[in-house]
Amino acid sequence: MRMRSSRVREGRYKPLKEARHEEALFRRRALAGFLIIVVCLVALGARFSFLQIARHEEFSARSDANRVLTRPLAPARGLIYDRNGVLLAENVAAFRLEITPEQVHDLAATIERLGEVVPISEDDVDRFNALRKGKRSYEGTPIRLKLSEEEIAKFSVNRWAFPGVDVVPYLTRSYPLGEEFAHTVGYVGRIDADDLAKLDKGEYAGTTHVGKTGIERYYEERLHGEVGYEKIEVNADHRPIGEPLFRVAPKPGENLYLSIDARLQEAAEAAFEGRAGAAVAIDPRNGEVLAMVSVPSFDPNLFVNGIASVDYAALIEADDKPLLNRLLRGNYVPGSTMKPFVGLGGLELGLRRPEDTVLSTGEFFIPGQSRAYRDDVRGGQGRVDLVQAIAKSVNTYFYSLALDMGIDRFSGFMTRFGFGQPTGIDLMGEGSGVLPSREWKRGRFNQPWYPGETVIAGIGQGYWVVTPLQLANAVSTLAARGVPHAPHLLRAVQRGVDAKIEPLPPPPPRENVIERPANWAAVQQGMLEVVRSGTARGIDAGFPYPIAGKTGTAERYSRTGTEWTSISASPIERHQVLFEAFTPADDARVAVIVALEAGRSGAHDAAPIARKILDAWLPGDQQRQAELGAGGSEGAASR
Amino acid sequence: MIDDLLHEWRHRLASIWRKPRLDLPLLGALLLLMGVGLATLYSASDLDRGLVVSQALRFALGLLLMMMIARVPPLTLRNWTPWLYAASVVLLVIVVIHGEGRGANRWLDLRIVRFQPSELLKLTMPMMIAWYLNGRPLPPGWGTLGAAGALIAVPAVLIAKQPDLGTALLITASGAFGIFLSGLAWWRIGALLAAFAGMVPVAWHFLHEYQRNRVLTLLDPEADPLGNGWHIIQSKIAVGSGGVWGKGWHHGTQSRLEFLPEHTTDFIFSVFAEEWGLVGVLLLLALYVFIIARCLWIAAEAKDTYARLLAGAISMSLFVYVMVNGGMITGMLPVVGVPLPLVSYGGTSAVSLLAGFGVLMSIHAHRKVLAVQ
Repeated sequence: MRMRSSRVREGRYKPLKEARHEEALFRRRALAGFLIIVVCLVALGARFSFLQIARHEEFSARSDANRVLTRPLAPARGLIYDRNGVLLAENVAAFRLEITPEQVHDLAATIERLGEVVPISEDDVDRFNALRKGKRSYEGTPIRLKLSEEEIAKFSVNRWAFPGVDVVPYLTRSYPLGEEFAHTVGYVGRIDADDLAKLDKGEYAGTTHVGKTGIERYYEERLHGEVGYEKIEVNADHRPIGEPLFRVAPKPGENLYLSIDARLQEAAEAAFEGRAGAAVAIDPRNGEVLAMVSVPSFDPNLFVNGIASVDYAALIEADDKPLLNRLLRGNYVPGSTMKPFVGLGGLELGLRRPEDTVLSTGEFFIPGQSRAYRDDVRGGQGRVDLVQAIAKSVNTYFYSLALDMGIDRFSGFMTRFGFGQPTGIDLMGEGSGVLPSREWKRGRFNQPWYPGETVIAGIGQGYWVVTPLQLANAVSTLAARGVPHAPHLLRAVQRGVDAKIEPLPPPPPRENVIERPANWAAVQQGMLEVVRSGTARGIDAGFPYPIAGKTGTAERYSRTGTEWTSISASPIERHQVLFEAFTPADDARVAVIVALEAGRSGAHDAAPIARKILDAWLPGDQQRQAELGAGGSEGAASR
Repeated sequence: MIDDLLHEWRHRLASIWRKPRLDLPLLGALLLLMGVGLATLYSASDLDRGLVVSQALRFALGLLLMMMIARVPPLTLRNWTPWLYAASVVLLVIVVIHGEGRGANRWLDLRIVRFQPSELLKLTMPMMIAWYLNGRPLPPGWGTLGAAGALIAVPAVLIAKQPDLGTALLITASGAFGIFLSGLAWWRIGALLAAFAGMVPVAWHFLHEYQRNRVLTLLDPEADPLGNGWHIIQSKIAVGSGGVWGKGWHHGTQSRLEFLPEHTTDFIFSVFAEEWGLVGVLLLLALYVFIIARCLWIAAEAKDTYARLLAGAISMSLFVYVMVNGGMITGMLPVVGVPLPLVSYGGTSAVSLLAGFGVLMSIHAHRKVLAVQ
């Protein structure tokens, strides 16, 4: 009976019955599940009760004992020296005012009262508030840096009125030579949000500053060092009590020795007499930069602890752009300084022999076109060969040569000397300049190339733009008879105070870019004549070594340059003027370039500055020669 | 013309507002929980407003998602279920292939948003189990059980390999609850549990070194006071020192002196226990019990098997979060990265939890419609 009825049920009403059945089943299961959950959670609650009632005293005691804090110890930043050990960047002791927010009732009122004792600017308050966000309320946050002795004395007298405010010693970065190295050594600044995203939080736990520009930024990893730790007992207010229980000392950063000679740098800067421009001196034998100046400059010390907005505005708004690093990002039309390179290209590509001549009539025409490309001298300079063309800077020679080369071979050859690309110096933010080429123009303007543009490229005009460092690199390569050494600044490092100074090997030279030494000799002859009888004659008067050089005087405006905007410059100073040189001409130990933003001509304005730099280079050179000579003779004696 | 459009849209918006299809007791409990979460987070982060605001924004996003899902009828959800499940497993496979050779790789970078596909499975796993069992005669036999087991095992193994043991555990549990609620015979449950117990030594063999260490550490935390044991010891000190009444809001020394690790995420419950004491803990647990009970009530009210199983499984998985997290911070269970629901800091977990509550709201709102079918 029972069996039958169940079969009937299953047969006829299966779907409906099942639905009801499933619902009932679910309800039973949900209830069972809920009971299991409640049992488990009661067990969890019992576990909490056990910990919080039965073992409360034990854990309470351990929590009180748990007042040992781990504090990071910031490493001392590495120092920076010139090649002779002159200090360029150091750490000096200073005092700052710190507020511990937790111990202060009314922060705003305290800061206001504090301002009556020690001057506190709005910038200081803004920075304090920004810094505070990243910290815990029992940690001190600096509100004023670099307190003067008078300020410390004044605050100390009123100390009782400011619980939670302390004078704290710290190390701050200082650049004793100031402006001279602002564009080379650069500066450190407060770690900001962008830096935080990039830096290792553990390594920088105790560090407040990080390299922002120049060597300080490029070699941040070497300079920073390794963080240390100490464990220290704190009281209920989280104030340290007694000596640290445990300490891992921080490892200071490496001291860096640059290839720069501070005396030469100083002389180079002085030689400019405040005129805007840049100069570079490189040792062509290894690419070591002996001096690099960008004028005008600024005091990097202003930036270390946050520059006041007034000072910053003054720097930003100054017409002569002191913040611009002209060495790396200055855009100069190279003009006639390109002629030795173009002439060399003609020889190397087999388009000219040194003795081939061109007739300069004062005007040059592309066959079949009516536009005249002019020489500097009305009526022309007659029949000239390569040496005369370089010595007298005869445009026609290079117009016709560039036209014969064609733009593709032209830019292909110039690439060998590093134009149109960064030099790879150990500094950040280097510009590329512009090497005129078909591809560049297509990419920049989406236009085809015209032969007339090849003609003016032949004399370093038109689209041409070089940075002073690029030009110096090219001249240095030329001086080394075609062997390129990437310019670099770091010469040696010292790991630890008592450690030996370890010289770093210079980057290996690249392959020689000049195929036939005779071609180089012809161009060198032309550059020697520039100084002996040509555009810069007399610039070597009294100098012990033969100088090979070339002047450049370029139209100040160019299609790409937006650098120069002033209209107030006097009419005679309407050119960008340049001078490039290397000496001794046969076996060069220095290559120099000078670029001025405003001047009458390269010979008149830039060459004298270059001569002053060379004069300042002599004593250092003699000293180095003597050291080398001594080493050499010792070697000979032992043999 | 424009006026008409405006009028229509205003009308639609108003209807969403007037008929939000939300279960008010559940919504109230959730809002209360989120409030407790934000207050605890504010203290645990040492008064970091930015952190609290960003968490609140995630809550807002999650609530919006919840209201949107609540308007999707369960029938639609049911039709989409196999596709959603398949899609989330495919994404999981992509992550596994993509992240091969590296450490814990759980993220899929869609340029605009980065998210963990494993998070999707917290929802699609119970949906799939409910969908599958809905089409089978219940209570399930061994065959049905085997197929459901495979549906759970594939993604669970993929996630465990990432390795993300916490999430693997959560999605396995959500699937298992679906099967349990479908009425799997007790004797079969007993047999399964016995089989699992037998497999423990085998599983031990497959665990990562660090996972084994966590279990060993649990058995004797004091043996390793600087490494793995540190978390458990410090958490127990935080909880125990809280006592019955707690140290008071923002007065917990354990987290503020940074003895407590991860004090805004996995260990936020320790901060809560330290500052609010046993009274606070029991009230918080009671709030979770209320939410689970209300969710199960909604499940029982649902009128088809799919909706019932889905709602039931989601409700019961909430318990797993609380149990695993609470067990971890009191040293009862190993350290497994499972957040305390709607209290721990972290976006994906909050959003996926609220999406789950959205499904419950939808089932609640459509219970009468479903009855017709």
